[in-house]
Amino acid sequence: MGFLDIEHLEKFYGTNQVVKDFNLSIEKGEFISFLGPSGCGKTTTLRMVAGFETPTSGRIRINGKDVVDQRPNQRNIGMVFQSYALFPNLTVAQNVAFGLRVARAPKAKIRGRVAEMLAIVGLSEFGARFPFQLSGGQQQRVALARALAVQPQVLLLDEPLSALDAKIRVSLRSEIRDIQKTLGITTIYVTHDQEEALSMSDRIVVMHQGVADQVGTPFEIYNTPKTRFVASFVGTLNQIVATIQDPSTGTLQIGADSVTLGRPLAAKTGTEVGLAIRPEALSLRPQSDGALSLPGRIVAVDFLGSVVRVKVDTGSGVMSLDMFNRPTAPPPVPGEQVALSVAAEDVIVLSDGTAVGQSR
Amino acid sequence: MKVNRFWSWLAIAVGVIYFALPLLGTIEFSLRMRRGEYSLDAYRAVLADPRFHETFGYSVIMAICTIVFGVLLVVPTAYWVRLKMPRLRPLLEFITLLPLVIPPIVIVFGYIRMYNTSSLLPLTGSAMGTNLLLMFGYATLSLPYMYRAVDTGLRAIDVRSLTEAAQSLGAGWVLILARVILPNVLIAVLSGAFLTFAIVIGEFVLAALLNRPAFGPYLQLIGANRAYEPAALAVISFAITWACMGLIQLVTQFSKHTKAPR
Repeated sequence: MGFLDIEHLEKFYGTNQVVKDFNLSIEKGEFISFLGPSGCGKTTTLRMVAGFETPTSGRIRINGKDVVDQRPNQRNIGMVFQSYALFPNLTVAQNVAFGLRVARAPKAKIRGRVAEMLAIVGLSEFGARFPFQLSGGQQQRVALARALAVQPQVLLLDEPLSALDAKIRVSLRSEIRDIQKTLGITTIYVTHDQEEALSMSDRIVVMHQGVADQVGTPFEIYNTPKTRFVASFVGTLNQIVATIQDPSTGTLQIGADSVTLGRPLAAKTGTEVGLAIRPEALSLRPQSDGALSLPGRIVAVDFLGSVVRVKVDTGSGVMSLDMFNRPTAPPPVPGEQVALSVAAEDVIVLSDGTAVGQSR
Repeated sequence: MKVNRFWSWLAIAVGVIYFALPLLGTIEFSLRMRRGEYSLDAYRAVLADPRFHETFGYSVIMAICTIVFGVLLVVPTAYWVRLKMPRLRPLLEFITLLPLVIPPIVIVFGYIRMYNTSSLLPLTGSAMGTNLLLMFGYATLSLPYMYRAVDTGLRAIDVRSLTEAAQSLGAGWVLILARVILPNVLIAVLSGAFLTFAIVIGEFVLAALLNRPAFGPYLQLIGANRAYEPAALAVISFAITWACMGLIQLVTQFSKHTKAPR
């Protein structure tokens, strides 16, 4: 049993089921991200934990106590919203103090706690300002300080960086993670941005059509996706179709070529399977023995600074390849004939259903 | 361009003649009490009349009570409908428009019939009960303005997020309304309040038929018996209404936290 347990959680709006048999156990101090596209049920699940939505069925236990029947103001959960939701009529300091005032904390304690929280989010000088006098990033920091001031059991963040520009997003996400680690607070973070989820989380829950498709560390989610959806949603992925020739040796036919993965496959001979390869796993240079080789022609080269993205037409589809920029080696040119190579263990075999991943 | 400007000026001129000329005429007439010269005698006579003080004071108190009652009725209702039952908003808008369609005389006859001394709730049997009835009537008449003002105020803030933020910080419904919602729609509430004030001060039908000593019936009484004083009273009433409008503007200007919202 974890610190926060969600068991068989379901939510219907009329006949529309938006969360289906959701199960998750979160340890104390863990940072969990719910990752998925719009309408996948991630925010609804978060709102059920916060108490703003009532589950149709299932249980939510925090520190061993079932909270489903508790009102939101009884759960001691801190919440940060995408729209900041700062009280416009209160100053920054009054916003941060709001929860403590509601709890009738002594004035001296409130003053101390507000100063401490504003120092943590780096806004000590801004206590007397009103929300409209702050930038979006500053407002979200105040919202974070306000949520943390009451020392909640769990911190919930609902796409808190979505309304901010790219540069602020990157700096604020590392700040949020640092503060979370310092305070050791159990956190659920909802996002549709895979980079945010991968860079911040201890574990990620990838959600799709109301179902938790996969729960795992960012490393596991990225490298061993369990379903087609996870594979396609997290990171860029090249997908090609192959036919199994010999499942015992993992021999596959791709177009006119035949390649061997060197590991047994679960499907039968003649079955069509999807293969997924990350752009960074592909190389234009020949690799060690056992690597797969796919001939092709370069159709586009995108120079992205530290990375050069090359698109190669292999005849059975266009594949993306990422290579590091090296000042001594100019990027390849479109039209060049090349051989793409990939280590056999970097090829992810997807099946039609809840497909098989493969381990590295 | 020139043609456009000509028509614009013509429209303004017609508007000024239609609205301002009668007012200027009334002001001019109210100053002519003393034969052969302009004076403020009519105003002096009105302001010295104890009945003016009594009726105006009564109406001010009734206006304040109506405003408090209206705010307590409308703010939680508009907030709740916006938060929990947005589908009911058209119905609520329709209901709040009814006082503009149903004449006050119908309302007051309904009241007298429902709450007369031989009814189950004989409110008209005592002065306090009749005052209460009059306040309910005023609140009904001001409902279209109060509701619209509050609803516009609520539209300008993110009601749902603010409510949920306050809830997650431990606040209950009363605290949310008092500390989060009301302060953020205060300007709108004040607009509604000043409009209510202006309506109550000038209202005649309810007060006359419920036989209460309000400013409206006093205006009518003076108008029927004197020559210059009614003009002075009309100007005073007009000035009160305009002062209310000015106060709305002033309060909006002085609101610290609503300037230049991003």
